[in-house]
Amino acid sequence: MKTIKKIYLTLILIFLYAPILTLIVLSFNSSKTRAKWGGFSIKWYGSLFKNEDIMQALYTTLLIALLSSLIATIIGLAACIGLRHFNKTSKSIVIGVTNIPMLNADIVTGISLMLLFLSMGLKFGFGTILLSHITFNIPYVILSIMPRMNKLNVHTYEAALDLGANPLYAFFKVVLPDLMPGILSGFLLAFTMSLDDFIITHFTKGAGIDTLSTKIYTEVKKGIKPEMYALSTIIFIAVLILLLLINKPSKDDKDNKQVQVIATI
Amino acid sequence: MKNNKIKILTWPYLFWAVAFIVIPLLMIFYYGLTDRSGAFTFENIAAIATAEHAKALWLSLGLSLIATVICLLLGYPLASILAHLNSKTNVILFIFILPMWMNFLLRTLAWQTLLEKTGVINTILSLIGLPTINIINTGGAIVLGMVYNFLPFMVLPLYNSITKIDDDVINAARDLGADRFQTFMRVILPLTVPGIISGITMVFVPSLTSFVISTILGGSKILLIGNVIEEQFTHTGNWQLGSGLSIVLMLFIIINMICSAIFDKDSEGGVL
Repeated sequence: MKTIKKIYLTLILIFLYAPILTLIVLSFNSSKTRAKWGGFSIKWYGSLFKNEDIMQALYTTLLIALLSSLIATIIGLAACIGLRHFNKTSKSIVIGVTNIPMLNADIVTGISLMLLFLSMGLKFGFGTILLSHITFNIPYVILSIMPRMNKLNVHTYEAALDLGANPLYAFFKVVLPDLMPGILSGFLLAFTMSLDDFIITHFTKGAGIDTLSTKIYTEVKKGIKPEMYALSTIIFIAVLILLLLINKPSKDDKDNKQVQVIATI
Repeated sequence: MKNNKIKILTWPYLFWAVAFIVIPLLMIFYYGLTDRSGAFTFENIAAIATAEHAKALWLSLGLSLIATVICLLLGYPLASILAHLNSKTNVILFIFILPMWMNFLLRTLAWQTLLEKTGVINTILSLIGLPTINIINTGGAIVLGMVYNFLPFMVLPLYNSITKIDDDVINAARDLGADRFQTFMRVILPLTVPGIISGITMVFVPSLTSFVISTILGGSKILLIGNVIEEQFTHTGNWQLGSGLSIVLMLFIIINMICSAIFDKDSEGGVL
């Protein structure tokens, strides 16, 4: 039984990592096409940083991800705090609406936003991408914070007030630390969702601006620049190292928080 | 606490949700139910019945159903093995999530390199004297792409629901004389239904609506319903038709959600 399990795990691992390995190998391929192997070379890593198109797309991608997840976290956190005082019916209506972008198909969310921006006469570009990313990020933030909010102990807050703290001070000293894990995982989740999004960006980006995903998509038809493989290899290794570092201290304690953060992503 | 003052904090989100979730959705219904002059019509929705669109829809439904079933069959044993590995769980789970950090388009493109007629897999197969496979630009390649990209979405909810099962429940079943198979069918399987349902939804919806996987792995000949809709918005410019077809697509998503709600009454409503 143990051997069968091991073989099964290995086969799935091969299935999952074969394409990743392919991309990493291609990043060291000195030939420009992915059809043939032209010998080992690291030249694409050098030319990557000189490729302004790719660097610009990387910058746009990171900036959108950072801004949209920050704004989404602030709006989402405020919404969660206020929602505590809503009655049951209005609360479940709000949560129902919040679930729409998560349950709906990305393509439908994308075109619905595109139709909205067109009818508003907005200029398609950085702004419209940012607005759409905030829109699909807020639900992830709310759904990460909500469970913590529901478990929140009101008495500690009241105790702080009794002990002379003003409401704002009590909020920052007592309530916020309690919510922090939820806020953090919501932010991280939103950040990754934004980084990885292609479909919604595709419909709301307009000409002249590209994130990494949309850039890759246009290159799929013309032939991918090998620098893209180099960049994705760098990102992959960076994430690998980062996650290893995060995971290390929690190895022996049974806390599943990290797993949850990675898992929800 | 001054409740009304605190309620104000929710307002920015309420505004946002109405402006960017509710109104855009209503706009799809508006465009889907009117013609170019703005008159009410069911034509855009009825257009799904034309041969070309119906074929795309059936093909999408078929391929995404196959992909979902394969994901469930592959994912259940996988999630179960992962859930019962003790100390190294963190690391192992992490290994299964890590591929998702590589850009989704590039990963799919890599499969093209692997599957091509003279691609990596066929080169290896012919080296060891096996017959080559020819699935690039077929429905098979699209199903493979869907399974590859969405398998983690099946494994994670399954993993979560399997780890939640109390060992005592399983031990009790065994003590009461159930064999392995009976324990699985009567205890473990029913307890993991919520995980199965949310896994199915999380694989089925993106598979059904995907247009990227079919573009990269299906060549230009295979059109899924996602491709048809995308074309209406980016090339043809027929938003009315595109919106009408989107309404049909949403109908299937809603049917899927109703089915999950029936099967899984005590879920908390979140998809995570």
